[in-house]
Amino acid sequence: FPGLADVSISQDIPVEGEITVPVGSHSPDEDYSTLDEPVKDTIMRDLKAVGKKFVHVMYPRKSSALLRDWDLWGPLVLCVSLALMLQGGSADSKDDGGPQFAEVFVIIWFGAVVITLNSKLLGGTISFFQSLCVLGYCVLPLTVAMLVCRLVLLAGAGTVSFVIRLIVVGAMFGWSTLASTAFLADSQPPNRKALVVYPIFLFYFVISWMILTFTPQ
Amino acid sequence: MATADDLKFQEFDDAANLLAANPDATTISIDEPVEIPKNQHSRLQEPGREEDDELLGTDDSDKTELLAGQKKSAPFWTFDYYQTFFDVDTYQVLDRIKGSVFPVPGKNFVRLYIRSNPDLYGPFWICATLVFTIAVSGNLSNFFIHLGKPTYHYVPEFRKVSIAATTIYAYAWLVPLALWGFLMWRNSKVMNIVSYSFLEIVCVYGYSLFIYIPTAILWIIPQKVVRWVLVVFSLCLSGSVLVMTFWPAVRDDNRRIAVATVATILLLHALLAVGCLAYFFDAPELDFPAPIIPAHNGTTVITKSH
Repeated sequence: FPGLADVSISQDIPVEGEITVPVGSHSPDEDYSTLDEPVKDTIMRDLKAVGKKFVHVMYPRKSSALLRDWDLWGPLVLCVSLALMLQGGSADSKDDGGPQFAEVFVIIWFGAVVITLNSKLLGGTISFFQSLCVLGYCVLPLTVAMLVCRLVLLAGAGTVSFVIRLIVVGAMFGWSTLASTAFLADSQPPNRKALVVYPIFLFYFVISWMILTFTPQ
Repeated sequence: MATADDLKFQEFDDAANLLAANPDATTISIDEPVEIPKNQHSRLQEPGREEDDELLGTDDSDKTELLAGQKKSAPFWTFDYYQTFFDVDTYQVLDRIKGSVFPVPGKNFVRLYIRSNPDLYGPFWICATLVFTIAVSGNLSNFFIHLGKPTYHYVPEFRKVSIAATTIYAYAWLVPLALWGFLMWRNSKVMNIVSYSFLEIVCVYGYSLFIYIPTAILWIIPQKVVRWVLVVFSLCLSGSVLVMTFWPAVRDDNRRIAVATVATILLLHALLAVGCLAYFFDAPELDFPAPIIPAHNGTTVITKSH
């Protein structure tokens, strides 16, 4: 074609365009986007979730947030801090008389597992880890009680301090039991509620006893 | 799923009408509401009426046979198998506890209350409560006894919880195991009318330990006489439950073996009570104001105290 022989594209003319793939709606899969976020964001998100659950425990309402997004960070932190605070701290910790670190750990976790199994065997509809999550988070009032007890014991170890400690531990024990019952009671069959609530009562009673009988050397 | 209407007693004319309408339909005749579904149990029949039937002595062996055949159909590695051992309601557990504390003379605890529905809830949680009650009461009692002494420093004695747990759970499981093995062995030699499954024996032993929970709390009182009266009283109550349960199982046997079996059961039960009292509760001292204890008993107290 003689006419086309003269057609030439100058090297100066840039060829440009756009190739885009339509993304559509925002993808629900967050995995890819959280990979690039700063570490601070990742940690803060989990910390906020744990903190929100702590608030739910302190003001127990029938919210399902605690049950839906369960996590075991809070129970772990509470269990470790409670076990640490229950250590006498004396040089001769052999015959302390109080529970060892491992004993507190075993009692809390083994006790929570047994209570969860008990409620599931009785016909409860809650999942295993949800129940562990609730029982672990509801140790928070008792950890606060332990902190208060240690502070009171710094001031003195007489009868007055014992009465204060008794009142504080008793109140926190009631709070823990009521909070966990508020979360767990709905998932039980109606004519077996007392059978499920009693082991929870026993569990928090044992923890309260350990806190109340703590005597520093 | 059957509705509530399907389980009600059908009148004869309804069935006849239905058959007349559809002669080829397969018919199932349910003559008596024995096989009540478990979740309707509490609504269809009051528990009081059931127990009245038992007390009147109506023969329910066929009912228990049917109910026994329905249980434990799941294989033992599934979760549902273990759920059959927790198939109790609150009122049933409370009734069984009442039956262990107030034994009806002449009535068998297993036949009266358990009736082929042995549960593991009662034995497990009664033992757990007993473990912590004994440990806590022992600790409190020692605290009150030694209070005011200048050399006394309070320790929570947490080791004793593990010891109490081992002892009580071993008693509640190993003694029924041994007893069950023994009864099975005797059954092979002598034909006994009454025989119990392993879980029923565990159930009886578990519920019979309930009386020790208030006893352990009352053992805080630091009077030796009070403690021993409590031991004898609770031993009588729970021992009578055990005796009335196991005497029918061995009475057809050789007289001496029957008496020896029942005596061993009682002896082990007494050993548990006395052992717990001796180990977890320090003896009250002489200088504690105890007007009931005469002086010569006081010296034996001191020599026995550790």
